[in-house]
Amino acid sequence: MTTEKLYFYPVWLRVWHGFNALGILVLIVTGISMQWSIDSPLINFSLAVKLHNIAGVVVSIGYLLFFAGNLFTVNGKFYRVKPKGLGKRLVRQARYYLCGMFKNEEPPFPLSEKRKFNPLQKYSYILVMYLLMPLVVITGLALLFPELIIEEVYHLSGIFLTAVFHSALGFLISIFLIVHLYVASIGKNPLKNYRSIVTGWHEINH
Amino acid sequence: MLNLIRNVFAFVLLVVSLSVNSQESRPLSEGALHCLTCHGNQTYTLQNPWTGQEEKRLMNPYFIIDTTHYRTGVHRTFSCTDCHATDYETYPHAAELKLEPLSTCLDCHGGDDTYAKYQFERIDEEFQKSVHFVKSGESFTCSKCHNQHYYKPTARNSSTVSEIVSYNNAMCLSCHNNLARFQLVSDQQNPVLAQVHAWLPNQELHFRNVRCIECHTQVTDTLMVSHNILSKEHAVQKCVECHSSNSMLKASLYKYQNLQARSGKGALGAVLQNESYLIGANQVPALKLLSILIFVAALAGVLLHSVFRFTKK
Ligand code: HEC
Ligand code: HEC
Ligand code: HEC
Ligand code: HEC
Ligand code: HEC
Ligand code: HEC
Ligand code: HEC
Ligand code: HEM
Repeated sequence: MTTEKLYFYPVWLRVWHGFNALGILVLIVTGISMQWSIDSPLINFSLAVKLHNIAGVVVSIGYLLFFAGNLFTVNGKFYRVKPKGLGKRLVRQARYYLCGMFKNEEPPFPLSEKRKFNPLQKYSYILVMYLLMPLVVITGLALLFPELIIEEVYHLSGIFLTAVFHSALGFLISIFLIVHLYVASIGKNPLKNYRSIVTGWHEINH
Repeated sequence: MLNLIRNVFAFVLLVVSLSVNSQESRPLSEGALHCLTCHGNQTYTLQNPWTGQEEKRLMNPYFIIDTTHYRTGVHRTFSCTDCHATDYETYPHAAELKLEPLSTCLDCHGGDDTYAKYQFERIDEEFQKSVHFVKSGESFTCSKCHNQHYYKPTARNSSTVSEIVSYNNAMCLSCHNNLARFQLVSDQQNPVLAQVHAWLPNQELHFRNVRCIECHTQVTDTLMVSHNILSKEHAVQKCVECHSSNSMLKASLYKYQNLQARSGKGALGAVLQNESYLIGANQVPALKLLSILIFVAALAGVLLHSVFRFTKK
């Protein structure tokens, strides 16, 4: 058995990921506390609003970094959609997670220099990073400057619609996060991937 | 044929003139129109007996009566001299007319059963406890907020929150944002409201969607509009007073029947008719439950998977 070390996560990506992860955690905690108006002495409503605004801006700027990084560096190639046979690949990976891995089967899509993510990973990242995140950022910025929002759409407040949409997106991202954190722990050593996203180096055993 | 056309034409004319009339539905009284030839405009014309000429002069802007607002006010049917001295009919007005005592709301409405639903006496009691009366005394009359020329009960009749809020807040701002009026009842400078409320984020949005009196009065269930403006130490500063599922706005601003008439469709209706969004207060129990369920399902999935992982290794 040989161990190959691959440099998966360049510095800019790790910096983005660090800020993003911290920011999103703050956003989720403060978001829930505002939504349910939990006025604990730890974070009162006013503080929650302030923190949520700050973290939102940090994550938005971070998102630009991520977007630019994927546009101008090779990292972008891991995010290219390849529709041919997509369904099949996703099903194979899902089958592996649901039974294959318990029968000690080999992963159907072993990671390599060319393939940083397995299909499920890849498309969930694409979905989150190129659909949910932009939408949550745009609706969030709109709510930061509510004066800009269309006032009324068929008697519904524009802010009301935007806010409901924003919360729903935030919720989906939270669900993503749970799965993301868990799936990252799959492997021989549950902490291995976490070390990688900090150091940048990913170890692959052949 | 010609006759028919003439008849149709006459009918159309009649309808048009009727509808024009109903738009202008409240013709002002003769007496009011007389005064308004001068008080309804920026300039007035007077006949100068010394020179024998007609002269145009500027009207004091504070003495101009806004005719459109007068027409929609509760006292629109009044002639000016129902309240003001009849001697005003001559111009130049006699100097001592300045000193005429004018009736207060209570003078006319107090103890009159016709207006019982407005509870004038109770409002007066509440008002006398307010900071305004306590600090400024008798010089702070009801008319300082309620212009007798224009007032119309809006909270009671309007069906949109934004109209109620802007009308009600304008009553406070007409003085708090206007040094001249402010100093009619005080020797001090008026505090700059934007600075006083700097702690409130999205201030502009708040002032468009909540009334000053929401935070500055004690809500009284039995009064349509609380009139006891409390001192600033007692003002609402806690966000969750409003931003929570049992928001105090339910008992103040949103309590009005005229607003509720618009929703009236149960929980979903209450959400769907929303003209505004209040963080924390627009909780839909069903959605909250759904989101908790999905959350728990995701956690359970993760848990189950890890159990398999560690037992089937
Ligand atoms: C010819 C124009 C003219 C007419 C008509 C007129 N006014 Fe005036 N009025 C004035 C002017 C100008 C002033 C400003 C003070 C002054 O010049 O006496 C004034 C001042 C007033 C004031 C304020 C007095 C004060 O100093 O506080 C009142 C109240 C008033 N008018 C009521 C009336 C009423 C009521 C009528 C109708 C019955 C009327 N006026 C008709 C021109 C007119
Ligand atoms: C329901 C009673 C009422 C009627 C009707 C009324 N006024 Fe007045 N008016 C008042 C009162 C009360 C004041 C004093 C306002 C104050 O002290 O705040 C006043 C003040 C004024 C002033 C002085 C400017 C001011 O705002 O202090 C003018 C000018 C005036 N009225 C003109 C008129 C004219 C012209 C009409 C008719 C179109 C009219 N009023 C009808 C009650 C009335
Ligand atoms: C000079 C007497 C007089 C004064 C002063 C007066 N009102 Fe009135 N008010 C009346 C009369 C008379 C009516 C009825 C008018 C009508 O039906 O056209 C009325 C009508 C009203 C109405 C509408 C009642 C209804 O249900 O139709 C309200 C509200 C009202 N006034 C409030 C006030 C307030 C507030 C003040 C003080 C700022 C005030 N009034 C001062 C005589 C007065
Ligand atoms: C500090 C300002 C202020 C003062 C002073 C004030 N009011 Fe009001 N009042 C309001 C506001 C704001 C409303 C709500 C206006 C609306 O939409 O009808 C209101 C509403 C009312 C209403 C209508 C309530 C209803 O049931 O629809 C009456 C009647 C009234 N006031 C009478 C008075 C009387 C009488 C006084 C003097 C004793 C007085 N007000 C003094 C601010 C004031
Ligand atoms: C969200 C609640 C809220 C709303 C809405 C609100 N206020 Fe206040 N206001 C407060 C609080 C809390 C204070 C006390 C602030 C302090 O002492 O630092 C205050 C202070 C004030 C003061 C005292 C200023 C001083 O320092 O002497 C005035 C005057 C005032 N508000 C007027 C208004 C007016 C007018 C409006 C409507 C345009 C309004 N407020 C709307 C909560 C509110
Ligand atoms: C005619 C002018 C005028 C109007 C209208 C008016 N106010 Fe005031 N208000 C004052 C003055 C003057 C003071 C300062 C009192 C003092 O300290 O002498 C004051 C003080 C206050 C304070 C601070 C009290 C404190 O503890 O220092 C609040 C809060 C307030 N007003 C709220 C309101 C609200 C809400 C309305 C509308 C419903 C309103 N005011 C309408 C003149 C006005
Ligand atoms: C008197 C009731 C009241 C109080 C107190 C209050 N709010 Fe609000 N707030 C509202 C209402 C009503 C809106 C809804 C505006 C709308 O229709 O969109 C709002 C909107 C907001 C928004 C705008 C959301 C967006 O669309 O971007 C923020 C942020 C907010 N409040 C924060 C706070 C904070 C922080 C506090 C305490 C310091 C506070 N509020 C106190 C009533 C209140
Ligand atoms: C909701 C917020 C988050 C988003 C949107 C997100 C997104 C991503 C993305 C897109 C990658 C791949 C980066 C690349 O190589 O191009 C990644 C990797 C990773 N993330 Fe996150 N992340 C989030 C939060 C977190 C948190 C809070 C942690 C842990 C504390 C974490 C741990 C990891 C790890 C260990 C990897 C490397 C493993 C892998 O590539 O799957 N993430 N994340």
